[in-house]
Amino acid sequence: MAGEIYRKPVMFAIVAAVVILIGTAVTMFIPMMMAHMHPKLENLKPFAALELAGRDIYQREGCNNCHTQTVRPLKTEVMRYGEYSKAGEFAYDYPFLWGSKRTGPDLARIGKKYPDLWHYRHFEDPRKFFPESNMPEYGWLKENGLSPQKVKAHMDALGFPYAEEDISQIEEKNELDALVAYVQVIGTAVAKKRAEPALTKMEPVEVENPLAGDPAAVQAGKGIYEDHCAGCHGDNGEGDIGPSLIDNIFLYVEGDLADDDYFEIINNGTEEGMVEEGRTMKGGMPAFMEDLSKREIWSLISFIRSLQQE
Amino acid sequence: MSDYQYDNQTVKGFIVSSIFWGVVGIVIGLWISVQMWAPSWNIAPFFTFGRLRVVHTNALAFGLGLGAIFGISYYIVMRLTKRPLLFPKLARFHLHLFNAAIALAAVSLFAGMNQSLEYAELEWPLDIGVVILWVIFAVNVFGTIIKRKEEQMYISLWYIIATVIAVAVLYIVNNLSVPAGLFKSYSVFAGINSANVQWWYGHNAVGFVFTTPILAMFYYFLPKSTGLPIFSHRLSIIAFWSLIFAYLWTGAHHLVYTPLPDWIQTLAIVFTIFLIAPSWGSVVNGFYTVAPDWTQMRTNYLTKFFIFGITFYGLQTVQGPTQGLRVVSQLIHYTDWVPGHVHMGTMGWVTMTVAASMYYVIPKICKTEIYSVKVANAHFYLVLLGQLIFSITMWITGIQQGALWKAISPDGTLKYTFMEGLVKNYPFWQMRTVGGVIFTVGMLFFIYNIYMTMRNSAALAGTVERGGR
Repeated sequence: MAGEIYRKPVMFAIVAAVVILIGTAVTMFIPMMMAHMHPKLENLKPFAALELAGRDIYQREGCNNCHTQTVRPLKTEVMRYGEYSKAGEFAYDYPFLWGSKRTGPDLARIGKKYPDLWHYRHFEDPRKFFPESNMPEYGWLKENGLSPQKVKAHMDALGFPYAEEDISQIEEKNELDALVAYVQVIGTAVAKKRAEPALTKMEPVEVENPLAGDPAAVQAGKGIYEDHCAGCHGDNGEGDIGPSLIDNIFLYVEGDLADDDYFEIINNGTEEGMVEEGRTMKGGMPAFMEDLSKREIWSLISFIRSLQQE
Repeated sequence: MSDYQYDNQTVKGFIVSSIFWGVVGIVIGLWISVQMWAPSWNIAPFFTFGRLRVVHTNALAFGLGLGAIFGISYYIVMRLTKRPLLFPKLARFHLHLFNAAIALAAVSLFAGMNQSLEYAELEWPLDIGVVILWVIFAVNVFGTIIKRKEEQMYISLWYIIATVIAVAVLYIVNNLSVPAGLFKSYSVFAGINSANVQWWYGHNAVGFVFTTPILAMFYYFLPKSTGLPIFSHRLSIIAFWSLIFAYLWTGAHHLVYTPLPDWIQTLAIVFTIFLIAPSWGSVVNGFYTVAPDWTQMRTNYLTKFFIFGITFYGLQTVQGPTQGLRVVSQLIHYTDWVPGHVHMGTMGWVTMTVAASMYYVIPKICKTEIYSVKVANAHFYLVLLGQLIFSITMWITGIQQGALWKAISPDGTLKYTFMEGLVKNYPFWQMRTVGGVIFTVGMLFFIYNIYMTMRNSAALAGTVERGGR
């Protein structure tokens, strides 16, 4: 009886289709009908016009071939990139851009990690910051304008809200502006991880630099500075993308900060609107708590102090 | 026999086209392998890694893969139904439309028209073209099978029927989108749901483009070229039904540790492990088929291709499920291990089996012998070596990457920055390019052999009528 099917192609095709559709239904069609496949964080906003234009460029250039946008809930991954990805973060991603390969780092928490200028410079010449990077250069995107009509059509296709001036502003922007705007919004619906310095390290943090003036520490700090800081603050701390470290203005106010404030800023980074010693931050400084140990941060501060004395 | 002549020319056309697109895909593959360690090889805007990688995968999956599947399936269907194709003119139109679609697809991908869905990057106008191609294929295959002159349907026909049905469902569902212009659309699916749909598609594209139609070739050409019958018909029945049942459950093993609900991930992992059984059903069937006469591994070059091909399929289908396990995934996911895995399947299993099928088909329809067994042997050893170098270097560096990303210093901080991890890939990426060059040289031997076989037959055609083997 069962053997008959191999002589009846139509029956065979029907049975094969049913067999194929069972797994399809259970793992794909039925979940699609369930609410928990369509979560949305309360503060998640649809992409703004310029951000969507940037996302279109991200898709066009195939950025997702080398960069993922999901942080897995694994200890070192959260340390390296930030808070692990939540299901409700992606409700406006048509389609998801999680990627499947990390030739470059994950970008799920790239938004607001660096200032805009860092991204412009890095897109133009990734090797300026990372001499051995293999990322292609994207400075040429500056040469391409954006079409407000196209962006409007794209916003309409997705049903995202916009004001007319959002569209008219597009006229003055170029593709690189759009891409940076998109990169800066990725993953920002989830709050950044931030800890009191005393709690981030295995041991309590001193108020004054225990390695102050130590020549070995200054030497070690120089290497750390070149690897992590010089790209933004200049080779000699004179400032560039980030502020000068050798003038007398710190967090936009005249007057130096104490050692432990330096420690906290390096450890936690800065965030727009946060207040330190009565000074309001503008954000843009990444946190180094997971990359640098307490000793390394103090060494770095010793080196910065040595620059200031010169 | 003359009834078949017109259709044979269509088959030949598909084979030649598929080889052409294969060359395009392989050359771009070499190029992007160099870009990995020499960023100056990126030439904006059309030839950056982000655009070329997509041309590479599409040219090989759709150009080489589908071209070979269309042509060789038509050949197999005619032989197993004992009649020419039901719609010969339609099949010829199919061939021309195929080449036009692949050419347009390549141009559109160079231009950056990309849906960002892996292996479904083509924008909506081309998606419609692909669906038309598929409908034509389905109509001709089903029509010919229904009007067949041999009552019993052989194993290969089962796999071809399953391919036709599954790919149609997969492709249409995953490409559902809202057009926002002629060259731009947005998927109708968003967020974690779009991830689930995409990897249901992505994994089963592997299942029903790189597995079932290739198994159809394997089950047909292995007995044909060895003269040995398939070891167990019953085993092939069990393997077929359990394979096409289990495959569709497994897509979410690409999404382990993502925000996709855990139950879908776990279900996918369980079925992935189960999938070893039907996969190895075909492996065992292949080995036992040749078991009565292993001397053929020395004396018959085609046996060597098919047996090594199915061996790589066997290794692939153990390695793949292993990667699905959470404990393995957390280490190797997102690393170069995965391209190493993929290329064992494509360069080992798929390309070896397809090339061997072409070695069988071309002399048959050209009514001649293969030009040179020696050249075929050189081809075999070169692609074998190239593929092993490719895969093994990528496995090593993939494990290294995963370990470096996880490494922690005694003071509790991350031991390596991302760049420190990346730099350690460079020697392996360079070695991979060497493997790719060796593989490419092997493929050139193959192309030369096919070309000379067809040229010889063209020279003979005017003089003597020669029979096949």
